[in-house]
Amino acid sequence: MRYLPLTEADRRAMLATIGAPSVDALFRDVPQSARLTGPIAGLPAHKGELEVERIVGRMAARSVPVSSVPSFLGAGVYKHHVPASVDHLIQRGEFLTSYTPYQPEVSQGTLQVLFEFQTQVALLTGMEVANASMYDGSTACAEAVMMANRATRRIRAVLSGGLHPHYREVNETNARFVGFTLDARPADVDGTEDLAALVDDLTSCVVVQNPSVFGHVRDYSDLAQACHAKGALLVVVVTEVVSLGLLTPPGDMGADIVVAEGQGLGVGLNFGGPHVGLFATREKFVRQMPGRLCGETVDADGRRGFVLTLSTREQHIRREKATSNICTNSGLCALAFSIHLSLLGERGLMDLAALNHATAVGLAGRLAAVKGVAVLNRGFFNEFTVRLPKPAAGVVEDLASRGILAGVPASRLWPADPSVADLLLVCATETTTASDVDAFVEALTEVLA
Amino acid sequence: MSMNGQGRPTRPEAAPASDAATLTGNAGLVIEEALIFELDSPGAVGVDLPPVPATAQHLGGVKPRRSIGLPQLSEPTVVRHYTRLSQKNMAIDSAFYPLGSCTMKHNPRLNEKMARLPGFADVHPLQPVSTAQGSLDLVAELARWLNTLTGMPAVALSPGAGAHGEMCGMMAIRAAIEHREGKDSRRRRVLVPESAHGTNPATAAAIGFTVDPIPADATGRVDVAALEAKLGDDVAAIMLTNPNTCGLFERDIVHIAEMVHAAGGFFYCDGANFNAIVGRVRPADLGVDAMHINLHKTFSTPHGGGGPGAGPVVLSEALAPFAPRPFVVRDASGVRIVEHEGEAGSTGLSFGRMKAFHGQMGMFVRALTYMLSHGADGLWQVASDSVLNANYVLASLKDVMSAPFEGPCMHEALFDDRFLKGTGVSTLDFAKAMIDEGYHPMTMYFPLVVHGAMLIEPTETESKATLDGFVDTMRRLAQKAKAGEADWFAAAPRHTPRRRLDETLAARRPVLRWRPPETRAQAAE
Repeated sequence: MRYLPLTEADRRAMLATIGAPSVDALFRDVPQSARLTGPIAGLPAHKGELEVERIVGRMAARSVPVSSVPSFLGAGVYKHHVPASVDHLIQRGEFLTSYTPYQPEVSQGTLQVLFEFQTQVALLTGMEVANASMYDGSTACAEAVMMANRATRRIRAVLSGGLHPHYREVNETNARFVGFTLDARPADVDGTEDLAALVDDLTSCVVVQNPSVFGHVRDYSDLAQACHAKGALLVVVVTEVVSLGLLTPPGDMGADIVVAEGQGLGVGLNFGGPHVGLFATREKFVRQMPGRLCGETVDADGRRGFVLTLSTREQHIRREKATSNICTNSGLCALAFSIHLSLLGERGLMDLAALNHATAVGLAGRLAAVKGVAVLNRGFFNEFTVRLPKPAAGVVEDLASRGILAGVPASRLWPADPSVADLLLVCATETTTASDVDAFVEALTEVLA
Repeated sequence: MSMNGQGRPTRPEAAPASDAATLTGNAGLVIEEALIFELDSPGAVGVDLPPVPATAQHLGGVKPRRSIGLPQLSEPTVVRHYTRLSQKNMAIDSAFYPLGSCTMKHNPRLNEKMARLPGFADVHPLQPVSTAQGSLDLVAELARWLNTLTGMPAVALSPGAGAHGEMCGMMAIRAAIEHREGKDSRRRRVLVPESAHGTNPATAAAIGFTVDPIPADATGRVDVAALEAKLGDDVAAIMLTNPNTCGLFERDIVHIAEMVHAAGGFFYCDGANFNAIVGRVRPADLGVDAMHINLHKTFSTPHGGGGPGAGPVVLSEALAPFAPRPFVVRDASGVRIVEHEGEAGSTGLSFGRMKAFHGQMGMFVRALTYMLSHGADGLWQVASDSVLNANYVLASLKDVMSAPFEGPCMHEALFDDRFLKGTGVSTLDFAKAMIDEGYHPMTMYFPLVVHGAMLIEPTETESKATLDGFVDTMRRLAQKAKAGEADWFAAAPRHTPRRRLDETLAARRPVLRWRPPETRAQAAE
């Protein structure tokens, strides 16, 4: 077995040192009834690299990669071009095969990356501080609601109907088990819901998504004021992080907590995971924050260095009194995000965002010209909603059979809501070509004819 | 000396400047590197984008932002920045990393290659299921391996890490109890050994259970009599790590499971230490109802400096109907994913969703690749060699260090700080001296039931030669400590990019982000 260095001679010598007759003897504390007598039945024997590559490669060949066809998929996960150096750098063994930086003297690489990542996230979101990342956007959102509950000592949260339904469901799971109340609003198809009237003295927070799951872009400054007037917090969710290169950041709108899915930069699609959750807030809430934090300090020689800090919030110190049970972050994905953002820089991110928006504006114009198709959005970033003259799920299947991934039918996310059956969420990014758009428009016209 | 509650020093003693100082602060291959923000070169770019078409913006009245504050850099500057940073990390690739409870084993690069196949990495979670059959096939195959290896009938794949898996298992338990006894069931007490990982009590408390600690007995295992006395009709579950955090197998595990079940409770097993028994012992045969599996430990998906992990949870027949959505089902038409109640294959009892989309697919590919490479015979050998290596370390060091419990151990060897008594050398000092010798320290000050704990987990991917070198170094360090060289230990490490860092300062005056120099000056005024 190529990954196991011990030889039979080693094993014999080691057993002699230990004074045990066999390896089996080392398992003597396991009840006899539970000890297998040989390799487990029903699984194959070990294989060489070539064989494994063939088996796994055959599976991979049975899925359609989005880059191989015109794709307009979004709805929380976005296809962007990732520079080659990102994947090269994150595969350096010193990043890939190290653990959480608990020994700071031999982890300054990871720690400096996290400190830079926290700064980048704070700048992007327009907030004061950010943590070292969470599992993904949805779990970051759930942690934000629980943090708002702690900070306000209230237990009723309002969820916008523009919030991604998966994010809503994760919150519903938490609400049931942790014990708080959610006022989850119905799907906000046209982006006009008014949540200010729902905020009262019992509300811990209002959670909105910008752009919304239907693609609507709004200014939430008034809602922030309405929340603050009642002592509630405004949580803003961003599932398409590239939008922060173009839109007024949530911090400038008065958000108290901003959470985002960072997958769009550096990470890729990965069929839904791993991704990377971003979490930012105001300085005054730092000690209420979940997750890891990296801070600047000095070493014994007085030189600048970095450590994990404020760990008195965390489970390994606080146990049942911790702010969250989270132990890991999404370190390597945060690194990928950070490298991609460093390559883009100020100008690059703003240009990339403008390019996404312009491409989507072009696509929306072309789709609106197809007979029977209506674009529902007034304002959007790189994703918008169209109403089709028949159920979107069937149209998507038809187009898939023609080699086009046309977007996400709203029924995939709201299967029990017939009012959204004809809606299709459509996204365009810098990866969308003019010929992709032509192919989509042509095929859609045929399918709807 | 500034210390925390476990007696762990958190602030370095003043230390003499190194006599090997260079003019630049660089030290040969290890080069000082500024923050990325300090490398800002306005006008530089690291990507070349096509021109933006001139179209009117459709932003619905939201103003476009004017600036962000990000630095601008070329690609060579960025590549060098991250390469230099990487060189300040110790990693499995470069050093022995016996971090107890973390299973820092070799990360095969084949796994990385497979995870990057476009048929996995470049597939969107919401594309039509008919176009994602290969991805779903892989998920179903991983599930089959996990079910077979654990003997458990079901597996929930969506949890993003071990602690998330714990939450999944405990939510399933609460859902099952509420289904059986109603929402007002008074089963809210969860028994957690004092030696447990901090995540166990944090998880139980986070989802509305009360935590009741169980003491350890003199052999480092659960005190069965104390446990029995705590059982009752308000007990929801026991959360037990097995092998436990002292590196020992809970001999009475089957009896404990029977007692808990007889009292109407469930058995949650923390699977962090599954590496010791994978392929040799099936958790189902121990009476387990739910167990998370850290794919980043046992199945070698890389730790990545702190994630991403993956924490699938295997479930017993009693808990399976309550598994979170989504999950995959295989039928005549292929593999489907059940995302909502009411779809074919749903139970109507699922406790809900834990995470957007379908789980840590990238980690699933790596883990299955690892399993296929090892096969049933290789996994048997994994457990065997990991236990052999740990016992070899225990046997080779117990005369110069102090082991609190009798062996044999499982896949990790636990020592305490009695051998350092009177030397003036703390567990932390000892660990920092190991760094200078080229070894990543073991886990320190955990488990909490042992004073000054040192938990060493070699894993099966270390050779006898590596272990012999390690043992020799540890013996010499122990002798040096006993010889009264406390100052030498207190000044360690000396050969690292940074020496001991001031954690007290970091916590007292948190600086959690970079700020431009002018705003720093303003903040100081």
